[in-house]
Amino acid sequence: MNRKMNITRKNRLKDKAFKYIGLLSTFVGLVALAVFVFIILQTGLPRLSWDFITSLPSRFPERAGIYTALIGTLWMLVLTIIFSVTLGVSAGIYLEEYSKKGLLSRLLEINISNLVGVPSVIYGILGLAFFNRYLSLGGSLLAGSLTLSLLIIPVIVVTTRESLKAVPRTIKEAAYALGATKWQTISRQLLPAASGSIVTGVILALARAIGEAAPLIVVGALSFVPFTPRTPMDDYTLLPIQIFNWTSRPQPEFQINASAGIIVLLFITFLMNGISIYLRNKWQKKVKW
Amino acid sequence: MNKLIAKNINVWYGDNHALKDVSMVIEPNQVTSLIGPSGCGKSTFLRLFNRMNDYIDNFKLGGEILINDQNIYDPSVNTEELRKKVGMVFQKPNPFPSSIYENVAFGLRIQGMKKKSQIDEIVESSLRKAVLWDEVKDSLKKSAYSLSGGQQQRLCIARTLAVEPEIILMDEPASALDPISTSKLENLITELKKNYTIVIVTHNMQQAGRVSDMTAFFFMGSLIEYDTTRTMFLKPQHLQTQNYITGRFG
Amino acid sequence: MPKPKEKLIVSALALSGWLTIFTTVGILFILIFESSQFFREVGIWEFLTGTQWTPLFSKKEYGILPLLTATLLTSVIALLVALPIGLSIAIYLNEYANRKFRRAIKPMLEVLASVPTVVYGFFALTIITPFLQSFIPGLSGFNSISPGIVMGIMIIPMISSLSEDALFAVPKSLRDASYGMGATRFQTVFRVLIPSASSGIIVSVILAISRAIGETMIVAIAAGQQPRFTLNPMVPVETITTYIVQVSLGDVPRDSMEYRSIFAAGIVLFIITFVMNNVSLWLKRRYHRQYE
Repeated sequence: MNRKMNITRKNRLKDKAFKYIGLLSTFVGLVALAVFVFIILQTGLPRLSWDFITSLPSRFPERAGIYTALIGTLWMLVLTIIFSVTLGVSAGIYLEEYSKKGLLSRLLEINISNLVGVPSVIYGILGLAFFNRYLSLGGSLLAGSLTLSLLIIPVIVVTTRESLKAVPRTIKEAAYALGATKWQTISRQLLPAASGSIVTGVILALARAIGEAAPLIVVGALSFVPFTPRTPMDDYTLLPIQIFNWTSRPQPEFQINASAGIIVLLFITFLMNGISIYLRNKWQKKVKW
Repeated sequence: MNKLIAKNINVWYGDNHALKDVSMVIEPNQVTSLIGPSGCGKSTFLRLFNRMNDYIDNFKLGGEILINDQNIYDPSVNTEELRKKVGMVFQKPNPFPSSIYENVAFGLRIQGMKKKSQIDEIVESSLRKAVLWDEVKDSLKKSAYSLSGGQQQRLCIARTLAVEPEIILMDEPASALDPISTSKLENLITELKKNYTIVIVTHNMQQAGRVSDMTAFFFMGSLIEYDTTRTMFLKPQHLQTQNYITGRFG
Repeated sequence: MPKPKEKLIVSALALSGWLTIFTTVGILFILIFESSQFFREVGIWEFLTGTQWTPLFSKKEYGILPLLTATLLTSVIALLVALPIGLSIAIYLNEYANRKFRRAIKPMLEVLASVPTVVYGFFALTIITPFLQSFIPGLSGFNSISPGIVMGIMIIPMISSLSEDALFAVPKSLRDASYGMGATRFQTVFRVLIPSASSGIIVSVILAISRAIGETMIVAIAAGQQPRFTLNPMVPVETITTYIVQVSLGDVPRDSMEYRSIFAAGIVLFIITFVMNNVSLWLKRRYHRQYE
């Protein structure tokens, strides 16, 4: 009897211990990130100034700024939105609403799941060979943004399909019953109804894309550009690449610059993530089918 | 005029033989009820008239559906045009996630109507016909989801009326409504039959008795009996019909 | 109705849909075509078994093994960090935490995956490595441990959310049966839930490793750029992805062996991640069917 009690107690203890292990695990990553960010803020904030944001790159760390990188990142964002949203949402609509269920649509589906898992640097290799060399776009913004678009299109396709799937079938039936054609039903009812959730997913995908450095280095982005791009055919650099460049310099002053650059990059990423979470909550509250 | 004729209709969903050799003539400007236990094929039958079954996988049809002597399953038939003529109200109110106004205007806009005054006019007259105008005239810009279930269903009727159909199909339109909304809806149906041919699927015997001129009883995919509602309720020819109507099964 | 216009729109949509196929075909074609020229000069056997990778030296050797071991080493370290933590989170959220906590914490965990990888790389190089050096005396400034740990932190949400889905999919009846026999939560978790959810958990592990193998900037910044055939986590190494970036940073002429070698390295990377992704897709389909 006594031994049995002991086992029960031991089990209870294990149970309790695991509860704390679980709780600890939940926060360990977040705490680590918080510490990182704190240290970055500590080193980078004093360097962060209007001057830092509006200065061109320089060999002298105290004169160097992120202006060209920031403008390059904005260009990249805009071009990537244009390409990836048009193509990704269109492909999502096609796969969800038009492609006949069968071997072919199965193939398209497996293909998308595979593309999502392809490492980003491989997309860079594709861009290098195809956009940079075969199409002779060189290391231009156009080549970079097309590469980045190919990278996030699979994610946008998946988001679009899931958002369309979440619109109740009854809405579709109602539109058909009023004599709407398939495209009218999709463009005037399904897409507007799914748009909140599509936009959320797209912003999330873009937030990832904007932090990417590897595929763009491979496709030919430069790490030192003394001017801001004026057309999509111009050379460019990006915030993550500028940070990478500073990180790999030996002088500690450049590490401080990197910290300051990271603060700006993290601000942009977290802002985009925050917007998408805000939109998702707002949208979920509004729609209650 | 707007006579609906079903000739030797057979429907399969894969291996499931859902309708078996059903033939029926539905008269214009009357309310015809389709009754029968769940799964008897009455909804499937109703959805043949605006080809809403087309979207179901493995749907196969034998026989003909004629509207104004035109076989609506003929390849030359434009389903969009057909559905403008044959409106449908669904089991659960299914307004679009937009304003009350836009719900009614949708059918007009997809036909390319752009003039605001014209749309305004039809929106108002449709809402009036659906006896909803007085309740919503001050809140046309509000979301359709802000309406009660009964109001939503009348909005769906108004939306259907706006495209000026000749025939209205109703698939258990009151099943999700409370008694007061149901009675409003039934009055509306009686009012509408002056101008429209109405076919209604219902589970509720009293409702069939109250609103319809003709009643058809379906059982296990077959049309068992079809007659005036009066005869069906007072002197049904088949024992199954009698049992169902008096509530002995189903 | 404007039918022709609609047909045009559908064709445009279809073209976009097919673009996704073209992307895959493009990747395959380019990797195979460009690396075939590489393999005309370097034997496949030599490439796969050689332990020296010195394409940038005058005496050129093309053995992929140093890059491969470095890739696997950093990924395994990442997994050693992420698996216990991620799995514990999944179990905790599924079995112990209440709904409100779960709903609040999940988007926060996702933040870990949304931090740009250059930022993680910077953390590894400037924070983790000096910290580890304070009690591991022989640790180099570039090494596998720091980037491994940081990649582990990055893939925690991947493991936790996929494992949680797998645990959630275990039928309630199994759980009830276990509790009904007087098992504690701990026993239920480890003797009933984890075994039943094992294929889902394996899926999460494979996908996480595949993600780590393809990760570039963290290792490029913090693991170094010296190809070295070793499993020692304390010294500088170079992963496949780092090599690709390193070559891209230099100005490489188009027809040089350096240029072609990144396609050869790329094809190895592609095959590894492709196989892992498909194994996980296949497993996922199988366990979904199991409970349906």
